[in-house]
Amino acid sequence: MTVSADTFTFVVDLVRRRTAIELTADKEYLVETRLLPLARLAGLAGVDEYVSTLRTGGQGAEHDRLVEALTTNETSWFRDVGPFEAITGHVLPALVASRPELRSLRIWSAACSTGQEPYSIVMALLDAAPDLVVRVTATDISQEVLERGRAGRYSQLEINRGLPAGMLVRHFAREGTEWQVSDQVRSKVTFSRHNLLDRPPPGGPFDIVLLRNVLIYFDLESRAKVLRSVRGDLRPDGFLFLGAVETTLGIDSVWERVSVGRGSVYRLKKAEAA
Amino acid sequence: MRALVIDDSRAMRHIVADILGGLGFATVQAGNGREALDLLEAGERFDVACIDWNMPVTNGLEFLTAVRARSEWRDLTLIMVTTEGEVGQIVRALAAGAHEYVIKPFTPDAIASKLELLGLLRVRETT
Repeated sequence: MTVSADTFTFVVDLVRRRTAIELTADKEYLVETRLLPLARLAGLAGVDEYVSTLRTGGQGAEHDRLVEALTTNETSWFRDVGPFEAITGHVLPALVASRPELRSLRIWSAACSTGQEPYSIVMALLDAAPDLVVRVTATDISQEVLERGRAGRYSQLEINRGLPAGMLVRHFAREGTEWQVSDQVRSKVTFSRHNLLDRPPPGGPFDIVLLRNVLIYFDLESRAKVLRSVRGDLRPDGFLFLGAVETTLGIDSVWERVSVGRGSVYRLKKAEAA
Repeated sequence: MRALVIDDSRAMRHIVADILGGLGFATVQAGNGREALDLLEAGERFDVACIDWNMPVTNGLEFLTAVRARSEWRDLTLIMVTTEGEVGQIVRALAAGAHEYVIKPFTPDAIASKLELLGLLRVRETT
């Protein structure tokens, strides 16, 4: 099945107005696959019928649900592996070198979805530097994923995706068919709702910001706005991680790209950081 | 890369072998731990073995222990793929020498992500 051009335009408009996320034409499949379950829940045959019920007023809650369905991502533990190796193998030693008195780290995991990214960071740092005080601010636009992240309970299918078995047995307890992340790990992460176009969330200034696979959903102007906002709340010697296909190049000139392991990380150029 | 799939369920062997095949591995199948040990003793070499726990003749844990006792097989990466999902069982398998552990049911992504963690598969960066 496909969605009509009218439906697609309406959905693109709605999502843009609510989140500034720009759904490009190649995201039509996303509209189909993510909205069909909502249509079915509403007892309707298809996405076109579902969206036409939203064109009338007084549908705020359902509009929110639609936007959530389109802006949340499937996620896995230690997604892409490289950034987590970079944090323990490069970023942490670099921060210790620049600040020998370093005792704590403040990290912002933006667009954290259901919590796998912030919890992965905490687990990696517990292994690499158990005495370090780690505070992770985990934000997302979707209340639904934030609640799941806060709960810290994951299905077997979710647990299998990328979580090393050694970390599973050290940091999770089995509860029926689900797994509960330990209080030790959970207590280091604070989840809060945040729109990336607003001022940075409380918890900063940050030593590390992870803003991965989210800029691609914004138009150029919004990307620049998000990067400027991140810049204002990153410590001068801090590190920014973007998704593998994302870059600051041509958007915000104050960043320099540094190769780390098999990936790269962004830092503020010296003049900007001073 | 060569993978050995050890499971007494033919259907499950095919599922795991298909996933590994799709990731570029050449696969060989064995119906239990003894058959798998016979292949290794005959000189067959593999980069990774995916091992069920509950099997007749020689079970997965016994297979792990037998492989770990032989220094010439130390390069073989061992992943348990089993319905055994209690923490105690996972700890036993890791202590016996398993490198990773996947609990059934699983999605193809689960196998791929474990291979990435173990450096046996190039990380497919996601968007």
